This record gives sequence, C-alpha cells and structure tokens, in this order.
Amino acid sequence: MGIAVSMTVNGKAAGADIDPRTLLVHFLRDQLRLTGTHVGCDTGQCGACTVHVNGRAVKACNILTVQAQGAEVVTIEGISRDGELHPMQSAFRDHHGLQCGFCTPGMVMNAIELVQNHPDPSEDTVRAGLEGNFCRCTGYHNIVKAVLAGAAAMKR
Amino acid sequence: MNAPLIGQSIKRKEDYRFLTGGGQFTDDVTLAGQAHACFLRSPHAHARIRGIDTTRARAAAGVVAVFTGDDLARAKVGGLPCGWLITGTDGQPMKEPPHPPLAQGKVRYVGDHVAVVIAETLNQARDAAELIEVDYESLPAVVQAADARKPGAPAVHDAAPDNTCYVWALGDKAAVDRAFASAGHVTTLEFINNRLIPNAIEPRAAVASYSRADDAYTLYVTTQNPHVERLLMTAFVLGLPEHKVRVIAPDVGGGFGSKIYLYAEETVLTWASRQINRPIKWTAERSESFLSDAHGRDHVTRAELALDKSGKFLAMRVTTTANMGAYLSTFASCIPTILYATLLAGQYTTPAIYCEVTAVFTNTTPVDAYRGAGRPEATYVVERLVETAARELKMDRADIRRRNFIKEFPYQTPVALLYDTGDYDATLTEAIKLADVAGFEARRKEAEKRGKLRGLGYSTYIEACGIAPSNVAGALGARAGLYEAGEIRVHPTGSVTVFTGSHAHGQGHETTFAQVVADRLGMSIENVDIVHGDTGRILFGMGTYGSRSIAVGGTAIMKAADKIIAKGRKIAAHLLEAAETDIEYERGIFKVAGTDRKKTFAEVAFAAYVPHNYPLDKLEPGLNESAFYDPTNFTFPAGSHICELEIDPDTGQTRIVNFTAVDDFGKVINPMIVEGQVHGGLAQGIGQALLEGCAYDKDGQLLTGTYMDYAMPRADDLPFFKVATRETPCTHNPLGVKGCGEAGAIGAPAAVINAIVDALGPLGVRDVEMPATPERVWRLIQSANKK
Repeated sequence: MGIAVSMTVNGKAAGADIDPRTLLVHFLRDQLRLTGTHVGCDTGQCGACTVHVNGRAVKACNILTVQAQGAEVVTIEGISRDGELHPMQSAFRDHHGLQCGFCTPGMVMNAIELVQNHPDPSEDTVRAGLEGNFCRCTGYHNIVKAVLAGAAAMKR
Repeated sequence: MNAPLIGQSIKRKEDYRFLTGGGQFTDDVTLAGQAHACFLRSPHAHARIRGIDTTRARAAAGVVAVFTGDDLARAKVGGLPCGWLITGTDGQPMKEPPHPPLAQGKVRYVGDHVAVVIAETLNQARDAAELIEVDYESLPAVVQAADARKPGAPAVHDAAPDNTCYVWALGDKAAVDRAFASAGHVTTLEFINNRLIPNAIEPRAAVASYSRADDAYTLYVTTQNPHVERLLMTAFVLGLPEHKVRVIAPDVGGGFGSKIYLYAEETVLTWASRQINRPIKWTAERSESFLSDAHGRDHVTRAELALDKSGKFLAMRVTTTANMGAYLSTFASCIPTILYATLLAGQYTTPAIYCEVTAVFTNTTPVDAYRGAGRPEATYVVERLVETAARELKMDRADIRRRNFIKEFPYQTPVALLYDTGDYDATLTEAIKLADVAGFEARRKEAEKRGKLRGLGYSTYIEACGIAPSNVAGALGARAGLYEAGEIRVHPTGSVTVFTGSHAHGQGHETTFAQVVADRLGMSIENVDIVHGDTGRILFGMGTYGSRSIAVGGTAIMKAADKIIAKGRKIAAHLLEAAETDIEYERGIFKVAGTDRKKTFAEVAFAAYVPHNYPLDKLEPGLNESAFYDPTNFTFPAGSHICELEIDPDTGQTRIVNFTAVDDFGKVINPMIVEGQVHGGLAQGIGQALLEGCAYDKDGQLLTGTYMDYAMPRADDLPFFKVATRETPCTHNPLGVKGCGEAGAIGAPAAVINAIVDALGPLGVRDVEMPATPERVWRLIQSANKK
C-alpha cells in the first residue's frame, strides 16, 4: 500500500514510503518531525499549514504528499540562516506580530511569498494577501505592520 | 544597578521559538508507542441510545480498544463537574444533571461523545469509528434559549423537566420598580447577545500516558489552567490521587476561555491510557472544535433604563435568559450571573439596579466563558441603553455619559461591587480627541456625497478582573479558590527561574513576568526565565482567565520576590557586618544606609548557596521563596471606545473606518504587549458585532460548523486601531495593575452597533441585531425606505 516519495525539504533530500492519502502537512509533521507547520482547520481556510512548494505559498493540508514529488519544499524551519532570522521573521518580532504563535509560521510563509509578488505592498494589498490566514490573537494590526516592515527589510 | 523595566516595550522572549518553528504545542508531542483516538459523536441533537454495537469496530485493522459510556459507568468514572454553585431566588441549588464523559442512555447535542476508538494509527481509528453501529431513537430537540421554558418543550434532562437550571436575581427589585413608576423617561430594548464559537486557531488536543512503574499518569493537554484541570479530573471524575497525575500544558495556541474547562476527551484519554497501558493522542479536527469547544454568550434580554428629564439615570431593570447548552460546562453557571449582573452599573451612578437571570438547558453545545465572559453582555446592555436614551432625549451621547459618571472613589455599586479607582471622564475626553469627534459631522457630510452612510458610536465600559477574594467568591458559590501561586528560585550565580501558576497562551508572560522580577531584583531580563504550565514543576495555580494573570499571578510573584529580598537583607547584613535595619535595598543592591558599603544581589545569592561566611545559626542556606496571593478585591479596568464606520446602502456592507480605544488598565508593564491584547480583543468584539454568529437549525444541527459558514474576522475586515492608555493605578495590589486581556472584546460590540444605529438613525432605525451582516443591514435599510 505504500508509495515512495522523494523531495527536497529545507535544502535536504527527504523521502519515505507513505500511505498514498497522506497529506503533505502530515508528511512534514509526522515523518520529518518538522512540527513548525501547524494544522488549524483541515479544510484549507486558516492557513496555519502554509509552506513553500517550488517557491509558491501552498496550504500543506490541501495537497497530497505525492503532489510534491520531486519538489523543493521550504518550511518555517528552513528560512533562517545560521541562526539569523529572515527579515520577515525579524519584522514579526519587532512589531509584535505574534501572540500565541500558532498561526505564525503559516503567516510568515505566506507573507514572504506576498512580498515576493508585491515588493512594495500597500496596506490594502497586505490585508487582501493575508485573507487566507486566520489569526485570533492580534486583530491583524501588528501582523500588517510587520509585513509592511518586512517588505521594506527584504528590499535591503 | 539596571535601568527600570516596568513600562518598557521589551521585545518578547518567547518569539524566537515561535518564529522558527520551535514552539512545542500539544499535537507536537509524540510519545513512544502512542496510539491514536477518534471520538464517535452524536449526529442527533437529542436521541435515546437503544444500543451500541462495537463488534465490527473492535475487529477492524489496528484497533486497540473501543470504549462507550457503559464501560466508563462500570469503571465508576464520574461526571464532569461544574465549578460554581448558583443558588436560585427560590433558595434551591441550581439543577446539575450528570455530565458523563461518554454518553449514557441519551445524547443531548450534535457532537456529544458516544464512543472512543483507539487504534495504531489515526486513520485506522477513524475508519473503525465508522463501523460502530448506534441504534438511536431520535427525540424532539429544543434549541433556542427563548423556547426552552415554553410549555411542551422537550426536556433535555429528566432532572430539569422545565429545562430550567436556575432563576437567579440581584438587586433591590422594589426600589427599582418604584423608580420606574415615577421616571420621566424610560428606554427599553430587547435583543439577543449572539452565540459565538471561540475558535482558538490551535484545536484542542491531548496526549495521555500511564506508567505502571510508578502507577502515575502524565497528560499533555491544551489547557489554560493545568492545576484546575488536574484537580477536577482527579478528585471529581476519575477518583485518582493528585500526586499521581501530572498535567502539562505546553505551548497553547490561544484560549479565549475555551481551554479553561475540563472536557470529556482528555478525561477519557487519561482513563483509557491505563486500560490499554499505552500513551494515546487525540487532536480535534476543526469540525470537532466547532461542535465541542464550549461556546460563548447566547443571551436573550429585555433591558430598561429609567431616567429623569435631564438625563440622569434613576434605575435599570434587566431580564435575561441565558443558554447553558446541553450540560453545565466547568464555569458556565457563574458567567451570566456573578460576572454579568454585577457589571450592570457600568461607569455610572445608577442608584437602583435589578437583574433577573434564567439559565436554561437546550440541545446545543455547552456554553461557558468566552473572552470577557458576562462582562461583554453586561456592557452591551448598558451601553446600548445609554446611547438609545440619549437619542430619545435628544442629548449629546458624551454629555449623558458624563452627567452620570462615577466621579468619587471608592464607589459601592448597587450590584455588589466596590470600585477602587478610575477616571472615566479622562478616558472619554482622550478618546473623543483621538477619534476627532469634532470633525465627524464634516466627515459624515463628505461620505453622504459619496452615497455612504457614516456613523459614530461610543461605548464606555467597565470590567471586573481578578475575581476575588476567595472567601467572598466561596460565599457566592465558587467551588475553588481564586488566588495564585508563584515561586522564585535563585540560582547560586544570581540568575533566577520563576514558576507561576498563571498560564500564557499568547499573553507574553515569559516577557512581562520576567520584566516584573528583573526590575524588582535588579537584574537583566535575560537572567530571568518564566516557567508555567506544568503541575510537576509548579507548586500550584489557578491558571489564566478573566484578565487575572498580572494582577493576581504577577502579585504572587512580587510577594515571592519580596521574601527573597527580605532574606537577602539578612544575608547582606551579615556580610556587611551591619544591623539588618540599616540595610537599604534598591533594584539589586543591598547597601548600608548612609555609606557606600554594599553587596550586589548576585553576591548575596552566592553567599546563600556557598555559606562559608553565613549566619547558619540563624538562617537556612539557599534562596528560594514561594508565595500565594489572594486579592482583597476585584480590579476594575475601564475605558472608552469610539467606532466610526461607513455603510454602503446598496449592499448593506459595513466598513469600520476608525476604531479608537482609550483604556485604563492601571500600571502598564509592557505597553507593546498591552496594545497587542487590546487589538486582539477589539477584533473579537468587532467580530461579534459584524461577522460572527453561531446558528443552529430548528432540529439542533449546527449550521455554522466550518470556516465557510462561520465568519471569522480576517485581515481585510479590520482597520488599524487607535489605541491609548491612561493610568489610575489599582489601589490594592503592589504593582497597581488591573488587567487588559478582555477589554477590547467587552467594549467593542456596543460601540459598533451604536455606530450603525447612528448611521441608520436618520432612516428611523433604532436597533440592529448582532451580527450586523450586510444582509441584515440591507434589509433594515430597505424596510426603512418603504416606510
């Protein structure tokens, strides 16, 4: 019943024999123990499971692991380098863009892609771009500030 | 000596791990040999269970065990308890029907727990759960609070044939009736305070394990109060000694009240882990969260305010029916009573208030505290009445408030609270300035030109936090203490670990509490670590709810710090060969008064652990102190919220253009974190007013059971908020703090609805139901246009 998958996750080769119905998020969490990617809703609305697949922000609860066959996958664990935070991570910290921290990894991963597509986003662009990521703690106020500041920092 | 840390917006110590994927949430915990649980839930709102056949499920691949209510009954597992006894106006205790963790005989709401399947993998558990055959005899259901006591309504529990849990009242009814009889004006409103679903983004989860080696249990669980969870589970349900059960609440992804309670799932898992002698994990799917996390609010209210012609409030009369759902959740009974009726004075000198509350059972998910818990409902009553009265009397809405504000403290309300301090006029004045109310009419006219209806609404709220003291709460029915515990362990080289019974699930205690301790002990914040959420490491605790953490938990830590300093003073006196009374202490330095002879905190700590030069005949070595703090009164945060919004009459869409909140939280430890708490509360309050509403059909099926049906506030639903604080320090705790976690959710709904009514007032609209969805607003505009 198993099916072999292999991909690159955070720059390292990863592979396993998995149940074909395994979602990417469960492969990352259960097989690779990359538990920074969270499951908040199972139905593709909350965005806590957002990772990058071949450079695009993808909700990992909404695709099968086999769909990422051969792909480059980056999770929240893979965006800081040598202990130094990615500018978007730093911006979230500096602007208090997180409280309980559960939505944060998905929020950061989506924000990075948002800025890649809109290097100089307006407040409205950020708010629209975060529409698929729920946060129950912050009222989005400081998240939006963080993404705007992160966008500026990513230019530098 | 280090610079003061109180009042500084220090960046959070916890952020690095959350930002790098290093958080450890319950679902991230994996124990060797762990099995997985799936709960079979009732598809009926009300049904008799004629039989359960688990034969096929037990035989399915990977299944380890299947348990039903009968198994728990045979093992003498008790029901889930309620932590607050309300005594009714008839002198009788409230009805407390049994709440078995797995249904026995009957199911009483969609989502009620029928059986648990434990299997090697989650998929196997889910697949097997579908093989359980339950023979249900479907029964008629009662869903709405307003229907629960109607003649012929089906009884949810045999023990409460009229579905009444209690009828309770507070206040002087005769005085209120007299005031109404002679009042110059009476404002009356009838409304529903809409049922909400908490929706912490982390779903509830539990991992339970049992060790035969020491006959002990360990439970990882998404809880806001691990010691309370342990106490309730061991003493009232499973009959286990507390010292054999360790409850760990690791990182918890938001609570908002919904993770205070003892739930069926973790209780069953703990019991079952011993039956199968293996660890078991369960994590809710979001659909289970919608069905089984305790809901909030759900009041049906008639409220009246009596005034004289000059706008002075004379009396208030409130009648509320509160929906408890199918069973009494842990603190359900005290929310619409002790935390509701007592807040009806608001910021005003209303001399006579009477409130009667009828709590009813229905075939719906249990209802309990949700951010604000009773206080948002009370604020909504008061602030809708006040603003409606101003409109009816053609008075300025700020003026009518000012005319009635409490101005002298302490102030005894007619509904049992003693406000210690506040300055309501100052917060309102600042909010009016920040919101530029003076420029509003010009903005309204400008909006009109664009075809938009613009409105502005106020809400001047009060809340009561840090419920206390324990003996008073006990007299009111509380079945637990309401203190908090803290411990400070000083290490030989002077760094400290602080253990607190408070629990953070987003509030930033690892930073704020460290600021408090580092400031008091005069050290760098890096040298202070805060530990919470583990009954195995922390002496005791009541956990986090009701904006109590800094006021109660922070004070317990301060008391422990003061004991550390008192002992340090003795050690320093010895080291400095001075009298103890001559030792002065300031932020990390022990000094002989009037001299330059001194010892640092680190030197004193070292001497305590390496006691070579030490008064061993008089003093124990070591430097480790704990304290319990039981507050002498509630704290009373208060503030002024002003909402400005625009409505598109063609679509009914409401857009918040400005939201201003000026709050008095007493002393603020970390302004950045406090502002963040306000933002989050506002989003939930605005969510209640505009978006969120739990809906059941007439048969008790949950219609809003997914994120496609329940409207959560999203980033593009909200504006940037204007937030400021003013400060009247709390008079009865050493930090002068009041608490800030719920304020936004308490003040915001009335401000939003008052603003909508202001916008639609010219059309003759005087009320709008929450949530004020585009459809509702559009219909109001259409029917107004027809008149």
